[in-house]
Amino acid sequence: MKRILQYLAKYKGMAILAPLFKMLEATFELLVPLVVKDLVDVGIKNGDKPYILKMCLILVLFCGIGFLSAAIAQYFSAKAAVGVSKDLRRDMYAKIQHFTHSDLDTIGVSNILTRMSGDVNQVQTGINVTLRLLMRSPVVVFGAVILAFTIDVGCAIIFAVVVPLLLAVVFAILLATIPLFKKVQKNLERVLRSTRQSLTGTRVIRAFCAENEQVEDFDRENDALFTLQKFTSKISVLMNPLTYLFINFAIIVLIYTGAIRMESGIITQGALLALYDYMSQILVELIKFANFIITMTKAIASASRIDEFFAEGKLPEVVKAERDAKAPFIAFDHVSFAYPSGGTVLRDISFTAERGETVGIIGGTGSGKTSLVSLIPRFYDATEGTVKVDGLDVRAYEGESLKLRVGVVPQKAVLFAGTIRDNMRWGKEDATDEEMLAAIETAQGGDIVSAKGSLDAAVTEGGKNFSGGQRQRLTIARALVRNPEILILDDSASALDYATDARLRMAIRDMQNAPTTFIVSQRTASVMHADKIIVLDDGEAVGIGTHDELLESCPIYKEIYDSQFKGGERK
Amino acid sequence: MKKTSTFGRVLTYIQSSLGKLLATLVLALSIVAMTLYVPILIGNAIDLCVDGNVNLEAIVPILIESAILIALTALLQWIMGILNNNITYTIVRDIRRDAIRKLQRLPLSYIDSHPAGDIVNRVISDVDQFSDGLLMGFTQFFTGVMTILGTIIFMLWLDWRIALFVVALTPLSLFVAKFIAQHTHDFFLAQSKAKAAQTGFVNETVSEQKVSIAFSHGDKNLEKFDEINEDLAKCSLKATFYSSLTNPSTRVVNNLVYGGVALLGGFFCLGTNPTMTVGGLAVFLRYANQYTKPFNEISGVITELQNALACASRIFELLDAKEIEPDAPDAADPESIGGNVDFKNVYFSYTPDKKLIENFNFSAKHGQRIAIVGPTGCGKTTLINLLMRFYNPTSGEIRIDGISTRDLRRATLRKNFGMVLQDTWLREGTIRDNIVMGKPDATDEEVVAAAKAAHAHSFIKNLPNGYDTYIGEDGGALSAGQKQLLCITRIMLCLPPMLILDEATSSIDTRTEMRIQNAFATLMKGRTSFIVAHRLSTIREADVILVMRDGNIVEQGTHDELLQKGGFYAELWNAQFAN
Repeated sequence: MKRILQYLAKYKGMAILAPLFKMLEATFELLVPLVVKDLVDVGIKNGDKPYILKMCLILVLFCGIGFLSAAIAQYFSAKAAVGVSKDLRRDMYAKIQHFTHSDLDTIGVSNILTRMSGDVNQVQTGINVTLRLLMRSPVVVFGAVILAFTIDVGCAIIFAVVVPLLLAVVFAILLATIPLFKKVQKNLERVLRSTRQSLTGTRVIRAFCAENEQVEDFDRENDALFTLQKFTSKISVLMNPLTYLFINFAIIVLIYTGAIRMESGIITQGALLALYDYMSQILVELIKFANFIITMTKAIASASRIDEFFAEGKLPEVVKAERDAKAPFIAFDHVSFAYPSGGTVLRDISFTAERGETVGIIGGTGSGKTSLVSLIPRFYDATEGTVKVDGLDVRAYEGESLKLRVGVVPQKAVLFAGTIRDNMRWGKEDATDEEMLAAIETAQGGDIVSAKGSLDAAVTEGGKNFSGGQRQRLTIARALVRNPEILILDDSASALDYATDARLRMAIRDMQNAPTTFIVSQRTASVMHADKIIVLDDGEAVGIGTHDELLESCPIYKEIYDSQFKGGERK
Repeated sequence: MKKTSTFGRVLTYIQSSLGKLLATLVLALSIVAMTLYVPILIGNAIDLCVDGNVNLEAIVPILIESAILIALTALLQWIMGILNNNITYTIVRDIRRDAIRKLQRLPLSYIDSHPAGDIVNRVISDVDQFSDGLLMGFTQFFTGVMTILGTIIFMLWLDWRIALFVVALTPLSLFVAKFIAQHTHDFFLAQSKAKAAQTGFVNETVSEQKVSIAFSHGDKNLEKFDEINEDLAKCSLKATFYSSLTNPSTRVVNNLVYGGVALLGGFFCLGTNPTMTVGGLAVFLRYANQYTKPFNEISGVITELQNALACASRIFELLDAKEIEPDAPDAADPESIGGNVDFKNVYFSYTPDKKLIENFNFSAKHGQRIAIVGPTGCGKTTLINLLMRFYNPTSGEIRIDGISTRDLRRATLRKNFGMVLQDTWLREGTIRDNIVMGKPDATDEEVVAAAKAAHAHSFIKNLPNGYDTYIGEDGGALSAGQKQLLCITRIMLCLPPMLILDEATSSIDTRTEMRIQNAFATLMKGRTSFIVAHRLSTIREADVILVMRDGNIVEQGTHDELLQKGGFYAELWNAQFAN
């Protein structure tokens, strides 16, 4: 909430003026019954035609002023609300750009997306409605009560009784239904999940002839939702009838009391008419106010989720360290690593690599291969030990200077909507066509460009108009185009056949200024020619050496090799 | 044309609630009549209060009558609200029931070519919007029209002159309502377009934020975002502002009517022989106060109805999509299947303009191992699609034990295949629920035995609730290897005579993988197995190798035969030792 107020501060003028103009509008609305009262008590009673005309003109004038102030107020509140949501989204998006890998892991992409769209929209609506109704509704309701007191204290007591009673009814219904609506929402999400499962699992479901179970599952959720909705509706639809009942009963009591007081000459007919009007105004306004409360609770919940979002993520610290000019190009020194969320992934890893060398990293799923290479561009910080690149601790590099020296090809080959050229520019903003084509050629993707026409061939979202193998080669080219000093291939050849994979490795080795290359793979064939192979097993380096050395010294490596080349223990 | 048919379909869903719907209409009519009548009673009561001369005896019965009417109105309002919601919820539930059944009968080609999110949207939000829009729209429209007509009739009955004045101002109300509805509609359209553009951009970049980090692309992203964000803010301001003018504008028209009524009514109350009373004036002022509200609601309803129909046509497009042909009544359902698979002159392609498999002939004998190899994207999954009859061959046929798969019950065919796909899929539920998918009546002993055979027992045992551990959508916290083990356990439990293994072991760690391979060896013994694999060792031990390239099967034979042939397979194999 505090944060939203801070954002609102930028639009302070509008945020203050909007409710004030709304108050003005409300005030003029409140004056209408008083004008009508005079019209009856003076105009009609005395048969004064010009007076009646005058009063009617005043009514039209009031309505004009009311409309103007309302329009101004609506504009200011819309502007403030839209402004806040724009700034919020912007800051959130900027914040995301500074998230580290660990932040993204803990928060989750889908959460980020709902925060940025659903929650911000909710806050925008909340601000807009608040600026408009926060002052208006109380002014109308309490103004009506106060004006009733100025007309006649005896009758006004009915107001004083019925308004708190109505408020109690409204709040009781809200209190009962808001949690119910949340439950309905949760239930709906379950129905949604069940539907999605039916689609994502079609093949498996049909393979096991489990269609009926799937349908039964869905029916259960669907029927539960139906029952809950029906129950909730019984309470929620009480709002209108109950408020109608209370106000109109109050009107009957008012007329009766008024009649008695009129008999003794305490009030006039016009006064009774005005009181009757005020009672009706309160009804309309209270219904609005109830809706306002619902919007507000939603907005407040969203605001606190946005708050949590901003609390996430800290900029990685830059430490001071001296460059050791004589050190090997890349050095891991007793490095251990654990994800913020859980257990240790890497234990006490030490190795070095020189410029231009190829390092293969092999091991089963979950053995820590990706985590190991993620430490080089400082996607994560090691929990123990140090990682040095070019003789300098990775934590000592300022800003993006480290990442610019590294070309990363992630496991999941994703391209971005645009053209092939746009995607290559990710690697190097000002790359020439020659540089791009050379990188693509090295990545064994020359045929892709010729098949698609040119570098300007369109890429759809995620690169879905390219096959897995094509995407993979283009993501490799994207990393190569900047001529990186370090190249990380994280299982990036999985969709390539052996022949292409081999040609790719050769082409990289033959590059001018060949990068120090890290090849993460499950295939022995991809790493066996590396200068150094690191065998990971459950986070530990169980073997470091060349292919031949490891076949001798590392049973796990031999096991993997045999399983892929000799059919393993399977006889 | 399209609209009428959509409308017709809508009616079929309303049919079961027709009684309730008629009841709501009657209720709405009574409520409108009573809410309009109560002010008249109050007006009469006010007329009996002339300053200094109050006829209390006459007032009390009027007030009692009003009180009864008010209580009745409130009660009817409540009932109508409940009925309305019930109709909506029933229709929603029924459409969704039909939709989920439909999903089970749609051909895979439909599901493969429509994003899951799109179909889910139709079943969830479109259905909600449709029923809300249609029903709420309909009742609001009905109540609105009734209120307007009722008001005019009551006014004519009370005083035709003022009634005419109000009717004369009606076009103004209509005009204002239409003007605002039209404008807000346009601005909202622009806003939702801008919103979609932004969501698309954020979705794409944030989903791949790690790539952004790797390439230090944050500032570039932010620049582009700012542009889109500015655009959205502009559209949003217009949409919000114009839509928020609805209420004030209505009030202006209302107040003009109000002022006019006050003026006319005031004049009519004058003179020695007034044609109107103060109470009458009060009634008119009350009517005038609410006169324009229904106009607004009606104009809103029309857009809402249009929207509802658009949603409805999306839903019915799904519900009316062509289904798979049902199994013929005389479809074969053999007791047991040996596992001889024959491809006879099979032609297949997903789209007519892109030929894939052409004239494929092949025989797999009971118990043989068939390896399918080739570069990624060469169409290996196509063969699975055909074997499982997820797709039908364009021409030619596949025979299982001599029976064409077209003449076999689908359920029989599929029950006889054990399939482990590359993308493991687990359903939301317990570990046990997932294992017994193919055999829901399996005993605990059978489940544990299968898990042990698949080497899944040890990790399942270590889960918080063992076999009763609840896993969320898509396996939740399980590792890729564990998910795969579960999928294998599912097959272990059923032991069908034919297997389809799609790179099944590629993401299990080496040690487990060894054990799995051993388990597979036992499993495959005596079973016809189709294996999609990169692992050359697996391939080498196959009885037959099918080599695929660009969607077609280009070679078939044993490892040695194919090497000798020196074709595409030999090229692939030799690449292993290329450098």
